[in-house]
Amino acid sequence: MADSDITLYRLQACPYCERVVRTLDALGLDYHSRFIEPMHSERNVVKRVSGKRSVPAIVDERTGVTMSESANIVEYLEATYGEGGA
Amino acid sequence: MVDFEVVDLPETDHVAAGETAPDFTRPLVNEEFWEDRSLSELTDEEPVLLIAYPMDGAFQATYVWNEVRDRGWADEAQVVGLSISSPYEHKTFLAEREVDARLFSDPAADVIVEYGVENDLDGMTGIVDARPAVFLIDGDREVQYAWVAETQPDFPDYDAVADALDEL
Repeated sequence: MADSDITLYRLQACPYCERVVRTLDALGLDYHSRFIEPMHSERNVVKRVSGKRSVPAIVDERTGVTMSESANIVEYLEATYGEGGA
Repeated sequence: MVDFEVVDLPETDHVAAGETAPDFTRPLVNEEFWEDRSLSELTDEEPVLLIAYPMDGAFQATYVWNEVRDRGWADEAQVVGLSISSPYEHKTFLAEREVDARLFSDPAADVIVEYGVENDLDGMTGIVDARPAVFLIDGDREVQYAWVAETQPDFPDYDAVADALDEL
């Protein structure tokens, strides 16, 4: 857990976040979960790392990628770590 | 303080100086987010001042953390709290107390019980709280200083904690 490259910023029970978690699990990827508060005004850490206050957001230190929007993240993870990926 | 005997808490076989602090993993809350962290991950970085305390909002929690803030202990060790409050409550508490610390959330009190610092609250059925307690834990996870509340209420000997920090 401590050595995983991927950090996921998530909100408890957010369906878009759970979608990303499902993809991470399906690909067998370890990741850090960082939970934030629902209120947008309380999301400075996400804004700082991703430029936006939306979750989910991931930071992948292995590739240097930071990304928001669950559809984009799922596509990125499958392309990078799925069969035929890097 | 008062002209009657305060209530004693039951004797406890708590983690003591010279022992290895039990490792555990719980959500650790900072001002911005929370994530699972283990005690050993923290002690690998720097000595840890672990402060168990009654749930966020109780006056003992307020008094203890105001004192920790005013003494600036965050400059000498990693200051981390441990209470039964949820991560959401911890986040609010950190903001209100303006304290430079991180707080473990242990709602089921399993870690609190393992450390022998639990307090079965009278009149709040089903809630096992932490009593105030202080453990200074070095890089080998050995407890260098331990104090656990014996009465209701009770507060740490802050000067003794400061001395222990100086001896690190």
